[in-house]
Amino acid sequence: MHLVYPVVLAALLFSVGVYGVLARRNAILVLMSVELMLNAVNLNLVAFDAWLRDSLHAGQALTLFIITVAAAEIGLGLAIVLLVFRNRGTADIDRLTALGDPNEDAAEAAAEAAVPNDRAAA
Amino acid sequence: MNLALPALVPALPALGAAATLATGRRAPGFARPLAILPVAASAVLALVVALQLGGGQSLDAATRLTPTGGPAISLAIHLDGFSSLISLLVGLVATCVQVYSTAYLKDDPRYPSYAALVSLFTAAMFLVVYSGDLVVLLVGWEIMGICSYFLIGHHWESADARSASLKAFLVTKLGDIPFLFGILLLGSDAGTFRISGVLEAAAGGRLGHPTLIALLLLAGVAGKSAQFPLHTWLPDAMAGPTPVSALIHAATMVAAGIYLVARLLPVFLLSGAALLVLSVMAAVTMVGSALCALAQDDLKRVLAYSTVGQLGYMAGALASGDRDAAVFHLISHGAFKALLFLTAGVVIHAAHTNSISAMSRMPDLRRRVPDAYWTMGIALVALVGLPPFSGFFSKEAVLTAAEHAATGEAITNGLGPASAVPAAGGWIVLVSGAFTALLTAAYATRLWLVAFHAQATAAPAAPEPGQANGHAEGAPYSPEIDEAGTQLEPHAMRWPLWVLAVPTMGFGVAGLRPDWLPSLLDGGSLRPSTGTAVIGTALALAGILVAYAAWRSGTARAAAAARTVPAGQAAAGAAADPGRTLLGPLFGPAQHGFHVDRLYSALFVRPTTAAAQLVRFLDREVIETYVRGTGGGANLLGWLVRRAQNGNAQAYVSALLAGVVLLAVLVAVGT
Repeated sequence: MHLVYPVVLAALLFSVGVYGVLARRNAILVLMSVELMLNAVNLNLVAFDAWLRDSLHAGQALTLFIITVAAAEIGLGLAIVLLVFRNRGTADIDRLTALGDPNEDAAEAAAEAAVPNDRAAA
Repeated sequence: MNLALPALVPALPALGAAATLATGRRAPGFARPLAILPVAASAVLALVVALQLGGGQSLDAATRLTPTGGPAISLAIHLDGFSSLISLLVGLVATCVQVYSTAYLKDDPRYPSYAALVSLFTAAMFLVVYSGDLVVLLVGWEIMGICSYFLIGHHWESADARSASLKAFLVTKLGDIPFLFGILLLGSDAGTFRISGVLEAAAGGRLGHPTLIALLLLAGVAGKSAQFPLHTWLPDAMAGPTPVSALIHAATMVAAGIYLVARLLPVFLLSGAALLVLSVMAAVTMVGSALCALAQDDLKRVLAYSTVGQLGYMAGALASGDRDAAVFHLISHGAFKALLFLTAGVVIHAAHTNSISAMSRMPDLRRRVPDAYWTMGIALVALVGLPPFSGFFSKEAVLTAAEHAATGEAITNGLGPASAVPAAGGWIVLVSGAFTALLTAAYATRLWLVAFHAQATAAPAAPEPGQANGHAEGAPYSPEIDEAGTQLEPHAMRWPLWVLAVPTMGFGVAGLRPDWLPSLLDGGSLRPSTGTAVIGTALALAGILVAYAAWRSGTARAAAAARTVPAGQAAAGAAADPGRTLLGPLFGPAQHGFHVDRLYSALFVRPTTAAAQLVRFLDREVIETYVRGTGGGANLLGWLVRRAQNGNAQAYVSALLAGVVLLAVLVAVGT
């Protein structure tokens, strides 16, 4: 089998994953998209391993590692999403902005007061 | 000779000053002995040094202070007749002033710092007199300047005293900067800062730019000795306490410039142009200041202008090449002018005013202060220059020197050829000196008559119209009014007067015999020549008579006016002023020092202020705009970056992906 088939398939999978990470709102779907991206990488690893006829089969070994780590990661991620949903009542990524610049309106006001030359202070 | 003695002379008052400053606040009882004893001890030591040195001798000793790479600076002592005599004068006047101040500033809370500054000043003057090195001399010179600044501003509560001290400081500094350059140039030309080395270089013709050096030094001398373009600080300096005026602004500090020129006269003799400039400076100074003195109403300002004029005499003698006459006049003037200021302090204490026209309405003033009355009379006669008082001999020595210079046979006493002195300078000094003798006699007589000889017509209980008169605009704040003690003439204020009256009366004869005073100096004759003596005395007598006549006619007119208009005493007081009659239309300008201050204010002060305002504008509006702009720019950038941090993880990842794609494209295109 020519190498191009699995590679194109992996690229498509990865693109779907990227799209899902960037565009989906639900955190669980974002996690699933991350899994898609990981599996695209796995597919690449296996395809190249077969293509290069690596005697040690490092690609396959690495794939097994990635599957294990991905399983652990998805377990932790789902637990976090579950806890966030319990706390906030939502799992939408774009509503979970607590780590952003907190007081947007006050910050803007302060920034606008500081930008013009305040002669009164001088 | 033991070098410790002359070294102790400047050191003792300096140590006394330090001790007074250290203990003044905690133990004010020690302030008086600490003020008087070191200065008096220095005076005695100066006498001992002078006696040990003897006449005609000189002593030079030096230890090198530090290797400089250039001409070495050495801690040098130079003793000769000039320095001995002037150190005696300084010691005598400083001791009298310290004793007098104990009574004069009895209730002043700042007496310790005052006494310390006077002691420090005395030390600096001794240093200037004894120093054999120009740089060390400059140190003493500048210490005197700063002491003068502090002492003029002693009554710093009043705006007048503050501005007068600033003015004195700035104006003298204006002269000191060219002076510093002159010293540096002199040192580099001569290869040494030692005065003896400089004089050797001058004698050997090794000075490259004598005219430039002499003119630069003259600027400093004009500042310190209050000569014409830079004289304006001295009349205003009278805002300080009267003993300070006596010590600093009459007897000693202002004489430092004259002393310096006398020490370096061989350098000045190399440059006819500098001597001519000096003679013109002296002539303008003496005539102008005498006219101003004739118009002043403030007793101390009359004396201040008279000091300026007498310093003009000394400068004139130097311009004629005769430093013996200059130093002779310096010493006799130092004695009688210090006496005049000290008596003025007593009189002002008693009269509670500085204004002589206000004093003229106090008929019993001369009975209340008999000692001051008589000693001031003695000092005024010496100032006028009537024989046999000291002022006569010293002034005639100056005029004789000018006469010799005018006829081309200047008395240089071997310091240089007689032809080195321009005859034109001699004529200028001679003519202006003779005219000043007339004016001096007039203003001294006016001062004496107006201050002490009250008009019979003025009622003793007249309600002080003189307050308006005496404190006319331009008259300085007179702190003495607030300082008046209960006793009119305490002993500490009385006996210094008589101590100083002795040299005022008798010192002049020292110049008659060549083996008396001249043997201490360069050995030239100080005997007045017949022609100038007759002319000078006749002019002085004429001045006295004219002033007296003007005063009599003014008094008579005032009496007539008082009979017709009994309430017109203010007008009567003004009309009886002989200065107004004598000067006529010149009276107004002369009263304000010929508006030199206003001219300087228009020429220098206002442009400087305008430049300062321009700089302020540039600082505020231009430079600060840049500073604010950097702050504002950083804020703006920060604001932009904050906008990016919106908490949406997907936006972050999008930006990350965009960056990765960008990098990948760049790498792909780049390779």
